[in-house]
Amino acid sequence: MAEAETEKRNFTINFGPQHPAAHGVLRLVVELDGEVVERVDPHIGLLHRGTEKLIEHKTYVQAMPYFDRLDYVAPMNQEHAFCLAVEKLADIEVPRRAQFIRVLYSEIGRLLSHLLNVTTQAMDVGALTPPLWGFEEREKLMVFYERASGSRMHAAYFRPGGVHQDLPQDLLDDIGKFCETFPQVLDDIETLLTDNRIFKQRNADIGVVSEQDALEWGFSGVMVRGSGMAWDLRRAQPYEVYSELDFDIAIGKHGDCYDRYLVRMAEMRESVKIMQQCLAKMPKGPIMEASGKVAPPKRGDMKQSMEAMIHHFKLFTEGFHVPEGEVYAAVEAPKGEFGVYLVSDGTNKPYRCKIKAPGFMHLQAMDFLNKGHMLADIAAIIGSLDVVFGEIDR
Amino acid sequence: MSKPLGEMQEYLNAALDTALTGSEISFGDLTFYAHAEQIVKILIFLRDDSECRFETLIDICGVDHPGRQKRFDVVYHLLSMRENIRVRVKVKVDEGVAVPSVVDVHPAANWNEREAFDMYGILFSGHPDLRRILTDYGFEGHPLRKDFPLSGHVQCRYDEEQRRVVYEPVSLTQEFRNFDNLSPWEGAQYVLEQDADAEGEGQ
Repeated sequence: MAEAETEKRNFTINFGPQHPAAHGVLRLVVELDGEVVERVDPHIGLLHRGTEKLIEHKTYVQAMPYFDRLDYVAPMNQEHAFCLAVEKLADIEVPRRAQFIRVLYSEIGRLLSHLLNVTTQAMDVGALTPPLWGFEEREKLMVFYERASGSRMHAAYFRPGGVHQDLPQDLLDDIGKFCETFPQVLDDIETLLTDNRIFKQRNADIGVVSEQDALEWGFSGVMVRGSGMAWDLRRAQPYEVYSELDFDIAIGKHGDCYDRYLVRMAEMRESVKIMQQCLAKMPKGPIMEASGKVAPPKRGDMKQSMEAMIHHFKLFTEGFHVPEGEVYAAVEAPKGEFGVYLVSDGTNKPYRCKIKAPGFMHLQAMDFLNKGHMLADIAAIIGSLDVVFGEIDR
Repeated sequence: MSKPLGEMQEYLNAALDTALTGSEISFGDLTFYAHAEQIVKILIFLRDDSECRFETLIDICGVDHPGRQKRFDVVYHLLSMRENIRVRVKVKVDEGVAVPSVVDVHPAANWNEREAFDMYGILFSGHPDLRRILTDYGFEGHPLRKDFPLSGHVQCRYDEEQRRVVYEPVSLTQEFRNFDNLSPWEGAQYVLEQDADAEGEGQ
């Protein structure tokens, strides 16, 4: 009997699926030895909507809005990857103005995502003010989304061949004004967090990822930059007009949660720089390729031109055909490398569309990252992984 | 890009020789076709060779070709941050035949292989924990297979009397409509309905 009393038993708890620190619907089965984490088994798929299956049943343009619903805190970045894949297959040239608009809105998406992540990471470790300040700015950015596309989140604004609508000058002016005031808000948030004793204690030396670990676990984005690798697709494999823009790549030193926070803060400042350059350099001109075979014609043209009428009819019933083949196109989304592997059989619908979500890889490493940490660190680590279940569960 | 794709293609064709069945560069992507049994060897070489350093596993996914003798493609996407180059390795595998798992080469393959298993039923031999990942607990079937209906087989709801979630066969108030707007003059590979009827009578 005495033996049984001293026998030690690990304790298994269920974290989520409804938990404020789970950033969505994540269920973790955590095995604890006292308060030390022995094993973490993430159960995902609670938000699985079969996006890839649905896309196989839609035409290329109809498939596009599904990408807004993946990483729903930075919708346009996902659309971007899909559009790039389609354009690569169908060899579509995007007008220069549209490229600048895409970059501008991709960076707005990066701000949206990083603002959410940095501030909720702070909330996970006990700070309540940063989310309030950050969300105020996110609201302004979402208004920019709305003014461009008509929707705050599910924009469906990037289209194969360009963007859906041109931006009016006063919207560009307002984005310019925002770029001037926003760095001040970042400074304010930094005063709350960067030197904050509690924030540092909760994040420094937590969830350390070495360079080798980052490679092994297939990390990308902030997760590799936080570990000291200057890898950024915007620089390494530039798409759109990124090669013409001047920006720095922020890297961390220690690969812990705190460094990832710092990298995100620095990236936001770089994003503002990129947005300002886009505004300054953006030329006038068309925003959509004009052959009529990919993008629908203007309403006015349809009243006059029979050909435009036919194009309109064909595009909205059959959609355009994409040549047979397969491509992989990736963008540097806020969370890492977001890729689309598109297989086309030459018809009007994708044969297969595999979505490579950065968060999927990052969350996979939960067991490795948490082993040996305390239970309370799980929240900090999830926060710094920057997971959104829309893209992980797909 | 520090090395042109063509050079990498030649180098790997020479180095991996018999393990590969072919290679091509199309749409700016480098693709290798390989025997499924060789995949572990290939990925180890790609990871460790000093000319390659494809150390980051980007993705593993399945593609279903129901009409083909070996039904599934398993597609591996790799990235070399050192050489700034991407490569795709494709293997073919039949239903019920296992592909060697590459979890020992890239730990990140774990969930990707689980996903391919979940979505297509592709088996991976030597995988430490080949469970379903994205679908519901107790789910049956492999949803991304081309013969799996878009509407699925079951739907669930909370039952007030039993006080729990119950699963029932899918019942649609309106029949599922698959609009096929594909022009019969271009692109459509299938046999149109009336042609199929005529052929059936002929036989």
